[in-house]
Amino acid sequence: MSNIAQKQEKIAVSGDEAAAYAMKVIEPDVVAAYPITPQTEIVMNFSQFVADGEVTTEMIPVESEHSAMSACVGSAASGARTMTATSANGLALMWEVLYIASSTRLPIVMPVVNRALSAPINIHCDHSDSMGARDAGWIQMYCENAQEVYEKLILAIRIGELEDVRLPVMVCQDGFITSHAVEALEPFAKEDVQKFIGSYSVPYSLLDVDNPVTFGPLDLQDYYFEHKRQQSEAMSRAYQQIPEIVKEFKNTFGSEYDFLELYRMEDAETAVIALGSTAGTAKNTIDGLREQGRKVGLVKMNFVRPFPAEELRSALSPLKAVGILDRAESFSNQGGPLFSEIRAAMYSSGQRPPIADYIYGLGGRDMTPGLIEEVFRDLDKVAKTGKVEQSVHYIGVR
Amino acid sequence: MPNIKELSTRPERLTSGHRLCPGCGASIAVRQILMATEDPVVVGAATGCLEVATTIYPFTAWNTPFIHNAFENVAATISGSETAFRALQKSGKISKDKQIKFIAFGGDGGTYDIGLQSLSGALERGHNFVYVCYDNEAYMNTGIQRSGATPMCASTTTAPSGKASLGKPQFRKDLTQIAVAHNIPYAAQGTIAYWSDLVRKAEKAFSVDGPAFLNVLSPCYRGWRFDQEKTVEVSKLAVDTCFWPLYEVVNGEYKLSRKPKQKLPITDWLKAQGRFKHLFSPTEQSEAIEQIQKEVDARWQKVLKLCGEAE
Ligand SMILES: Cc1ncc(C[n+]2csc(CCOP(=O)(O)OP(=O)(O)O)c2C)c(N)n1
Repeated sequence: MSNIAQKQEKIAVSGDEAAAYAMKVIEPDVVAAYPITPQTEIVMNFSQFVADGEVTTEMIPVESEHSAMSACVGSAASGARTMTATSANGLALMWEVLYIASSTRLPIVMPVVNRALSAPINIHCDHSDSMGARDAGWIQMYCENAQEVYEKLILAIRIGELEDVRLPVMVCQDGFITSHAVEALEPFAKEDVQKFIGSYSVPYSLLDVDNPVTFGPLDLQDYYFEHKRQQSEAMSRAYQQIPEIVKEFKNTFGSEYDFLELYRMEDAETAVIALGSTAGTAKNTIDGLREQGRKVGLVKMNFVRPFPAEELRSALSPLKAVGILDRAESFSNQGGPLFSEIRAAMYSSGQRPPIADYIYGLGGRDMTPGLIEEVFRDLDKVAKTGKVEQSVHYIGVR
Repeated sequence: MPNIKELSTRPERLTSGHRLCPGCGASIAVRQILMATEDPVVVGAATGCLEVATTIYPFTAWNTPFIHNAFENVAATISGSETAFRALQKSGKISKDKQIKFIAFGGDGGTYDIGLQSLSGALERGHNFVYVCYDNEAYMNTGIQRSGATPMCASTTTAPSGKASLGKPQFRKDLTQIAVAHNIPYAAQGTIAYWSDLVRKAEKAFSVDGPAFLNVLSPCYRGWRFDQEKTVEVSKLAVDTCFWPLYEVVNGEYKLSRKPKQKLPITDWLKAQGRFKHLFSPTEQSEAIEQIQKEVDARWQKVLKLCGEAE
């Protein structure tokens, strides 16, 4: 497309730096954040932008993540575009306020650098942190690489602030694997980003002293249920409106972030479903297997909330076997969280391919092409017999 | 300071119709404090009696912008709002001449205990806001449970008196001193009975540049077990027995606000409240009473010394 915004000169950055650069071109009014590995570089880099006067953002160097999210609520309710960032234990400490942010319909945008939850304490990647928060009423996006981190953060601002949506957004990237790996990033011009996101306006502001409004009232049996219903309608409006915004993003910046990215799925017979950096590893593996004539593909989920059930049904129904790659355990004895949700979504499909779960990579254990090949070998067996002998596998574990 | 007649003509920010108990000390404290500024205010409140009883959806008693977030985070929440105000003034979205005062109200549970970290962080960061602890010496909203502010030997539902207990075994926390240790420009103790002292302190708190902290003893007739028309009397006795010294700390300088002409024995305050009744009947617990008196005296002496008034 000829009118696609000019990308700037390439720079070498980590995923964390990519997030900080995105925040720089977004230039939120307020950032309240607390450091935690592997998110720290986001806060450090952004603080330096503030210190050097490259952005006019006001930083609140809070004393905890609970206060980070609490201050974000106060700030966003006051009509300020507000961001924070966290990982793992930090996200867990925010838990209570995550729900308050979404229920108060405050479009706070938060990079989440996925890290395993304690105990035992571990600083490396898995998705136990953000998966646990998937029912907190936030939109959730997952990123394969630094470029996606950068672009999806910009997209997140637009989606979260949609007038009929007004929901907070988590933009997740894999701790260390993405956050600390240096890649080439093609940043956008700030003017183009600002034009795309527009200025932030709110229907009610705490600072509108002439039209006082009460935020966060006690809401009992009479109204609470209606308010929750409205909140879930907001999430379904997000589902309806995301495709339009994604299209506009594509027309402006060139990249396309539909709910699902389908990789070599046209004639695939078996496929894996993955989030984040594992999608990159899977693409590579699939390319190799394709060269051997294997009909394999990947479904990468760009969004986990709103949950793209319809898109998953149409992508998965024609397959002979499906493998879910879950980087989190749910201790339900029924597999990981993605498996439970995707399998449930397939129940209403006329065609239900056999589905198996492959839990991998907890606490930063490497996901290798070899392991993904192992998954496809297993899926071949399932495809042949049409039966799932074992529905939950743990791969790469001793 | 304006006189009482002038104060009475100021607009009510917490309007009538809320569902706090008759004789509630907290609502009196809030009204006295909000009378002290004519600037627009943004009010935050922690979960607790004040918040639940004034904002039952679809009603609100707040004639001013109000936010409740959670129990332990009102200081962080207001610091977010105050920062947003500065950010939006900087970017020109809000006029630079606009004046707004930011105020956070928390009960003693939301301040001494679960919200202490959030308060400490906000004081240390130096936000321009006033934090008011309406200290009713227990978690009243949830049914009179002990807090770090509950006095020794008070009977509460989680540290009740009984055959083997005289109520709370510990002395209370000195939160005002903790706030002062943050080297903030203004900190003070007040109580509702001495309204002109409290309004004057609130005026000062609003006028400083940076954080200010007010610890306001706010009797609760339900929790303290006295008749609801005695709120002011019980508040006054707390000062006159020197249980609750009135003082202020301006940029680190202590100043005593009131020295009772005649310091009353602590039993005058204890006997006025049912929560201490087990100290007097069926048998008088003289050892415990003596211990309480000693502690009150020691803390009073400490305050006098800090204020340069030691005898
Ligand atoms: C995180 C959390 N823990 C516990 C509660 C339950 N709770 C609500 S209000 C309250 C006590 C409030 O006490 P205080 O701050 O002294 O205010 P008061 O009710 O006396 O006005 C408690 C324990 C809660 N809402 N949130």
